[in-house]
Amino acid sequence: MSPRAAWRLETLGFTNIYDYVAGKADWFAAGLPRAGKLASIPRAGDVARRDDVSCQLTDRISDIINQVRAAGKDTCIVTTDGNVVLGRVRIGAVAGGGEATVNATVNATVEEVMDSGPTTARADTLLESILERLSARNVDSILITTSDGRLVGTLYRSDAEARLSEGRAEESKTSIEESCCCCKD
Amino acid sequence: MPTSIAREEVQRLIRDEGGLLIEVLPVAEYQDEHIDGAINIPLKGLGPESTSGLDKARPLIVY
Repeated sequence: MSPRAAWRLETLGFTNIYDYVAGKADWFAAGLPRAGKLASIPRAGDVARRDDVSCQLTDRISDIINQVRAAGKDTCIVTTDGNVVLGRVRIGAVAGGGEATVNATVNATVEEVMDSGPTTARADTLLESILERLSARNVDSILITTSDGRLVGTLYRSDAEARLSEGRAEESKTSIEESCCCCKD
Repeated sequence: MPTSIAREEVQRLIRDEGGLLIEVLPVAEYQDEHIDGAINIPLKGLGPESTSGLDKARPLIVY
């Protein structure tokens, strides 16, 4: 529809016209602001934490270990320059082996030790749906990305549960207030 | 000729050039959910009257 609209605007005398071909699905999938009746339904991007430590394929484990630990994390997300997710390095796993394993690994590059192609979810996925997946697989967190694979953040199961509980509590309170003719503010 | 653009350029046009987003889908879809700040002019109703209030110098971004 938008290409036709763009051309129609041109016939109406407008000259500064752009067509956002990927549309609002792309916008929402990037976790960007939305409005409307359904906008308040929580999505993965609303709750994902945006404080991941990222690293690149050619970084050495020895260079990133301290950075990851200083951030209070145990994982580094491997991305391209453009922030596209490639993999994940769990520092705990790196440091958990015997001395020989640790020594060999700290000298390795991120590319040599990373878990490639981690499971991700889009930022516009319904929070309830993601929580079902995490619970079914007994997984504590999942990476959230845009539709073009760029990192948005990490969604933790505990955060998702807390947000959905808040939402239910709010709905319940509203429902009680609406049905109570005697309630006062 | 209209220019096709990606998300980052949409953000730049809005931020730096006062671009206006226009959703051209039907009203019900717009009301369900739309990009924050976008107005709605459904394609079926796009004409001289519905666009008379738009600034011809302002970047218009349709989706």
